[in-house]
Amino acid sequence: MKGFSFTASARAEGVAAKGWLRGHKWWLLRRATQIAALGVFMAGPLAGLWIVRGNFASSELLGVVPLADPFMFAQSVVAGTAPIGVAMLGAGLIALFYALVGGRAYCGWICPVNIVTDAAHWLREKLGITRDRKLDRRTRHWVLAGALLASLATGTIAWEFVNPVSVLQRGLIFGLGAGWTIVAAVFLLDLLITRRGWCGHLCPVGAFYGLIGRASVTRVAAERRGDCTNCGACFNVCTEPHVITPALKGKGSTLILSGDCVNCGSCIDACPVDVFEMTSRLRREAR
Amino acid sequence: MADSKAPSRRDMLTGAAKAAGVACLAGLALTAYVESARDAEAKALRPPGARPESEFLAACVRCGLCVRACPFDTLRLAELGDPAALGTPFFIARETPCYMCKDAPCAKACPTGALDRDLPSIRKADMGVAVLVGQETCLNYKGMTCSICHRVCPISDEAITLEWQTHRGRRMLIPVVHSKTCTGCGTCEKHCVVDRAAIRVLPRELGLGGRGRNPAGRPA
Repeated sequence: MKGFSFTASARAEGVAAKGWLRGHKWWLLRRATQIAALGVFMAGPLAGLWIVRGNFASSELLGVVPLADPFMFAQSVVAGTAPIGVAMLGAGLIALFYALVGGRAYCGWICPVNIVTDAAHWLREKLGITRDRKLDRRTRHWVLAGALLASLATGTIAWEFVNPVSVLQRGLIFGLGAGWTIVAAVFLLDLLITRRGWCGHLCPVGAFYGLIGRASVTRVAAERRGDCTNCGACFNVCTEPHVITPALKGKGSTLILSGDCVNCGSCIDACPVDVFEMTSRLRREAR
Repeated sequence: MADSKAPSRRDMLTGAAKAAGVACLAGLALTAYVESARDAEAKALRPPGARPESEFLAACVRCGLCVRACPFDTLRLAELGDPAALGTPFFIARETPCYMCKDAPCAKACPTGALDRDLPSIRKADMGVAVLVGQETCLNYKGMTCSICHRVCPISDEAITLEWQTHRGRRMLIPVVHSKTCTGCGTCEKHCVVDRAAIRVLPRELGLGGRGRNPAGRPA
C-alpha cells in the first residue's frame, strides 16, 4: 500500500511536530495501565502471584481492601439486595477513586473493551470505512435507565446478563468460552456500523462512570487555547469530540468539564502546538 | 423557518418521547432476556451457603472470589453456553463435587452476601439434594450391594442410609437419602459407578416434592 502508516491519521500532525514518542505519550501510558490492570488480576491464576483476587466486578486487594463496581452495586440495590458492609465499602472506594481521577478514566485507562473499540476505530480509519449510522450520544443514558428498570423488574443485576465489559474482563481472568462472540459484536459495530458506537453511544457502564465524573477533580484543560491553529487534530483523535468545543473555542473556563471526557489525553498527544494539558480542577479554580 | 439552534417545543417533546421509548424498550427487552436466562439448569449447582436463586441473582456480582477460595477447584464461573446464568459461580457434581470444607472458605470470601458469609457450618449448606433418579440402573435395585454412594458420602449414615426393602418380592439393601441432612455436595453423584449417575444432586425445588394443601395423614 502506498504511503501506509500504522500511525492514526489524527495523530500525524502531533507526531510530525513532536516525534512519535511524545505524540503517543498518553496513549502509551494508557495502554500500559490497561494491560497492567488486567495483568495484576491474571498474575494470580497464571503465575500464583495473588496481588488481587476476583475481577473488576469485585475484588480483594492484598487480601484486605475490598473493591467493587459501583454500577453493579447500584443495580443490586435496585434489585432488592440489602447491601452488606464489605460491598458498600468496596463500591464506595471505587466511586471515590473515579471521582478523583475522572469518572470515565475507567473507560480510557482500565476497561479492556476500550482496546477493542480503539482497534476497531483504527481499522475503520485505515480501511476508509465511512458508513456511520448516527446514534444519539445520550442513548447510553437511556440504556442505563433501561438496565436499572430491568434490574427492578427482574430482581437481578440485569446488565450482567449481557455486559460486554464484564464478559471480556472476566473472560480474560477466568475463561472466556463463547463470550468472544459478544466482544466480536462490539468490534464489528464500531468497525462497520457506527463510529465509536459502543463506548461513545451505548455503553451504560461508561454512562454511569460519566455521571460520577461530572464532579471529578482530574481534568484536561485547553490551557493555551490562544495558540490553536485550527488544525482539527484534537477533534479527530477524540472519542467524544463534543467535550472539547467549550474549553477550546468558548470564552469561559479552559477546563474540559463534560462527564463524557474519558481523560485519555489523546488531545494532548495529537496537538502539534501543545494547547492541552492534564491538570486538576482544584489547581485551576484556585487561580 | 425556525432558528436551527433553538429546537421547537414539538422537537423537544418528540425527542423526549423517543428517548423514553428507547429506555422502556431497552428495559423490556433486557427483562425478557433475563427472565429466559436466569435460572440455573438442574445440573448446575450453586456454592454452599448460596441464597435462593431469585435472591442470589440480585446479589451475586460474578467476581469469582468464591472460585478462588475453593481449595479443590470445584467452582467455576459460567461462560456463555454453560448451564448457569452468565458469569455466576456453579459446579457440576459429576465432574468435581464439593468436598465440604468445615469452614466453607468460598462462602466466607463472598463480598456481597450472595453466599452466606456467616454460614454456621458446612452441614447447614444447601447446594441441593441427592435423589436416586435411576432406579432402573442402580445396582442396589438389581439386588447387588454396590452401595458406593453410601460409602463415599461425607456424612454417611446421616445423609444416606442403607435400608432393607422388598422390591419385586426380593429383599434388597437400598440407599435412602435424607433430605434434611443431605447438603447436596455431590460426592455420591461423582462416584456412582453406572455410566450416567443413578444418584444425582438436584436443586431442592426440583428434587423434592411439595407438602401439598391437604397432606395425607395430617393430625386432625
